[in-house]
Parts: sequence; C-alpha cells; structure tokens
Amino acid sequence: MNNMKINLFLLALALIAPTVLYPVFLAKVLCFALFACAFNLLLGFAGLLSFGHAAFLGTGGYVTGYLMVNSGLTPELAIIVGTLAGALLGAVFGKLAVKREGIYFAMVTLALAQLVFFFYLQAPFTNGEDGLQGVPRGALFGLIDLSDNLVMYYFVLTIFIAGYWLINRTVHSPFGQVLKAIRENEDRATSLGYDVNQYKWLAFVISAALAALAGSTKTLVFELASLTDVHWHMSGEVILMTLVGGVGTIFGPVLGAGFIVTMQNYLSGGELGNYIHIIMGAVFVVCVLSFRSGIVGQLMKFKRNNF
Amino acid sequence: MASLFDINLFALFGQLLVGLINGSFYALLSLGLAIIFGLLKIINFAQGAMYMLGAFVALLALKFMGVNYWFALILVPLTVGLVGVLMERFLIRPIANEDHLYSLLLTFGLALIIQGSFTHMFGSSGLSYAVPEALKGGTKLPFMYLPNYRAWIIIVSVIVCAGTWWMIEKTNLGAYLRAGTENPQLMQAFGINVPLIVTLTFGFGVALAGFAGVMAAPVYSVSPDMGSNILIVVFAIVVIGGMGSIGGAIITGLGMGVVEGLTKYFYPEASNTVIFLVMVIVLLLKPAGLFGKEA
Repeated sequence: MNNMKINLFLLALALIAPTVLYPVFLAKVLCFALFACAFNLLLGFAGLLSFGHAAFLGTGGYVTGYLMVNSGLTPELAIIVGTLAGALLGAVFGKLAVKREGIYFAMVTLALAQLVFFFYLQAPFTNGEDGLQGVPRGALFGLIDLSDNLVMYYFVLTIFIAGYWLINRTVHSPFGQVLKAIRENEDRATSLGYDVNQYKWLAFVISAALAALAGSTKTLVFELASLTDVHWHMSGEVILMTLVGGVGTIFGPVLGAGFIVTMQNYLSGGELGNYIHIIMGAVFVVCVLSFRSGIVGQLMKFKRNNF
Repeated sequence: MASLFDINLFALFGQLLVGLINGSFYALLSLGLAIIFGLLKIINFAQGAMYMLGAFVALLALKFMGVNYWFALILVPLTVGLVGVLMERFLIRPIANEDHLYSLLLTFGLALIIQGSFTHMFGSSGLSYAVPEALKGGTKLPFMYLPNYRAWIIIVSVIVCAGTWWMIEKTNLGAYLRAGTENPQLMQAFGINVPLIVTLTFGFGVALAGFAGVMAAPVYSVSPDMGSNILIVVFAIVVIGGMGSIGGAIITGLGMGVVEGLTKYFYPEASNTVIFLVMVIVLLLKPAGLFGKEA
C-alpha cells in the first residue's frame, strides 16, 4: 500500500514536471532511466555484469532512425521494430555470453559490443562518424504529431512507465525469483532442477529488448542516432547510473540516471566540461569504495534503522 | 605478372610483420592481465590506461628530463609499477573482500580518470616519439624490408614474455605465486606475507603494461586513447586463450596478432573485427578458451 502511494506520488510529479523543467531534458532522463532499469534487471537481479549494453541501445536507435528516415512507418511501429532488433541481437549475444561467468561475462559482452561498434562505424547506412541526423519524429499512429516537445515528453513517459512496469512484474514473478536464486547460489539453483543458462539467457534478452526500446525512443527525442550510443563509454555510463542509484533496487537506476544526466548537462554547459570523464571516473571510484548500495540502498538502510 | 606476384608477397610479409608487432603488444598486455588475475581474481580495466601511461611517461621524461629511450625502458616500468602498487594497496585492497565485480568497476573508474586527465592535458591527437638512434634503419630481406626497431620489438617482447613465464613456472618466487593462487590462507599460515606478494604481483602485472607502452611509443602515435582501444581487443584475446595458463596468454596474444595481420592482407574490411569473430567461434566450440582450465 505504501509503495502504491509512493508510485502515485512519483507519477503525479512526472506529469507536472514539464511545467518546471525543459521537456527534452526530462525525456532524456526517462530514456536513460529505462536503459539503466533494463541493465539493472541483469546486474541487480541475475548478478550478471554486462559491459556491452550500449550495443542494444545503439541498435534500437539506428534501426528506428533508419526506418523513420527511409520508410513511411509511423513512430510506434519504428520503435517496435527497433526493440525487436535489440531483442534479436540480445538473443544471439546472450547465447554466447551465458557460456561464461563473472569477469569473463563482462569481457565477452564488451568484446561483442565492440564488434557491433565497428559494424555501425563501417556500415553504409549509418553515415559513420556523422550518424543519422534529422530523423523525423513523425505522427503517432499517423494522428498525433510528435514534433511538439511536450507531446513527445508524454509519449516517452508512457513508454517509460510501460517498461518500468514490465521490469517490476518480471522481478516479482516466479521467473524473477529463480533469477535471484541463481544470483545467490547458482549451484543450488542447478541442483533444484532449473536450467540456469536458459534463465540467464531469457533475462539477457528481456534486458536487451528494453535497452533497445530506450535507444529507439531516444533517437526520436533527439532526432539523431550516432556512434556515441554504441561506444563502450555508454556501456560504462549505464553501469555508473545503476551503481549510483542502487544495484538491485527497482527505483535506484531511475534516480541514478537522473543524477548522471543532470550532472552531465550541468557540466557540459560550464567550464568543467573538459573534466567530464575525470569526474565520472571519480564518481565511479567513490561509489565503489564507500557507496556500494547506492542512493536507494542507503535510504532503505536509513529507514530500517530509524523506523 | 611476376612483378605483381612480388608486390603481393611484399604486402603479405609486410602485414605479417605488422601482425607480429601488434601480437607482441597483445602478448605483453594479456600476460600482465593473466598474472594479476591468477592471484587477485580480478581483471584490471586500467591495464590499457597503464600502457598509455607508460608511453606518456617515456615521452615526457625525454622532453623534460632528457631521459633517453634505453633508460626509459627501465625507468618507465618502475614508475608505472609503482602506480600499480599504490593503486592495489590503497584502493583495491580495501574492497578485496567484496564481490570481485566491484574491483573491476573500480579499475574501470581509475581508467576513466587517467585517460580523461591525459586527454585534458594533451588533447586527443597523437604525439610522436623518435626511434632511438641505434635502432634506426633496417635490413633488406628477400621478400621485405625489415626496419630494425620492429625486429627489436618482436625479439624483446618474446624475451620478456619467456622470462616472465620462466620466473613463474621455474623459480621459488614463482612457486610462492602459484601457491598463493591455489590457497592463500595456507600460504599465510606458513609465514609468507601474502598481502605483500599480492601487491607486488599487481605492480609487476601493471609494470608489464608500462613496458609495452615504452616499446610502443616509437611505432604508434602516443595518444590518450591508445590504451582503451587495444584493451578491448586484449580482453577478447584473454577470452580466446583463457587465463588458466601464462604460456597460453603469450601464445594467443602473438597468434591473434598474426591472424589480424593476415586478415588485413586478405580481407581488410574485417581486420578490425576478426579477433572478436574468433572469440565468437571459440565460445561456440570451446567455451573455456583454448588454454582454459575451468569447467
């Protein structure tokens, strides 16, 4: 019941937020929040650290961008195809990556994502370094024009809520419980008769699909799909967002994404812009050394101790 | 027709040489990773940054203190190794008992800081470091022209790799190291200072990257992102070879360099990606890696 109240409060906040803040900024936060939640499904609930999630974000972005520029598809269809493309890539990468564990898993995903990066760098349809520019937002269902930023924001909010709900359902489903069991003790899960790799693989596919959904949406918001989204820096950023917000908490990645995106926006405008990677690295180090449970984790600890 | 054949052979040997040189660096870097992994069970994401640091320290030492290449070959690994020792002692050790993924993320953060600082100070365009006087020039071989410095890289890298292998597999120090990998508690009970060995091992693994950096300075352009680009390739190589054996890391590193060189000759479009594709094939056929021991 308490959770319900908090969710309603947050929803109300999200609905009135554009009156105070710039809608494109808010839409950006929501895209990255969905990306981080998707990533966290894997790290926080299955214990798998993917260092290659940028591949899915970028794939969603490029596919949706390409379709919007070159085909007459409406935005919702282009997003669906982008998401499916991410899921398909996730299905292939997942099959390969779940063969290895722990640190190897991180290295395999990073290497596979680099393969994808080179593909988009060399493929003719991505315009290489320039990226796909001037992607039209189109009209939702052919009816609602998305070129207005406020309309776009509410569309992104709808997508975010759907994705967030899906992750929430996944985590609390029997499937999610098995994932947690695998994270805590893989051998025991195996001995109980669960096909561990199959569960990990499915989690990987869901996570990849949602990351691609975030990328597809992001391309529409910024009218741009570029190599930044598939670069390994992006895979690092999503880890940082999740870490700052709280690994393994449902809402943590949302806060973490808000924190990092706000920080980047603030820094890139000011004279500290040149220091952005140094500051990100420093946040990484500080989080790992002394803030491992993240913002939400700390809040929950505080609540447990004091109430 | 015959001359066309000659030119092709020239190009082929040229790419093979480039492949062997890249392979030498892959071998040095993956060897360092494997040594650190053996004892600490972590992957040092800052290994690429340390390689870059090595090249920059050599460059700056030459510019500001007149330290020549030969002296840099000794000074730089010591400096970079010291950075590694401090890193292990004050940053990694405090979280040694947490999940290993955290130490991996810590080294990733450090890599961002180091690379970001150098980009800020020197920009992202490359700087050049002159080939030392004694190694200038080259030798004309039947099918190719072999620059002396390139031959030097291959020979020295192989000697350093073989020396490291010998030290770990055949000496007392290496025996401590292997025993520490096997059972650190028991080692400690025998009165051996395990934390010290861990710190020194980390320093040594990182120093190898610094050494590779000095070696690379005269052939590649010295730039802040030289480390991150090569590191991802080295990760793929580590997955291909598996980190179970020191010898495996060396052989896979050199071998993949050659594979990359041959690809540049036969199908240049795939030369960036061929190592990742080999990784995919190895994962399908032999998931534990070519020299991997784990189940």
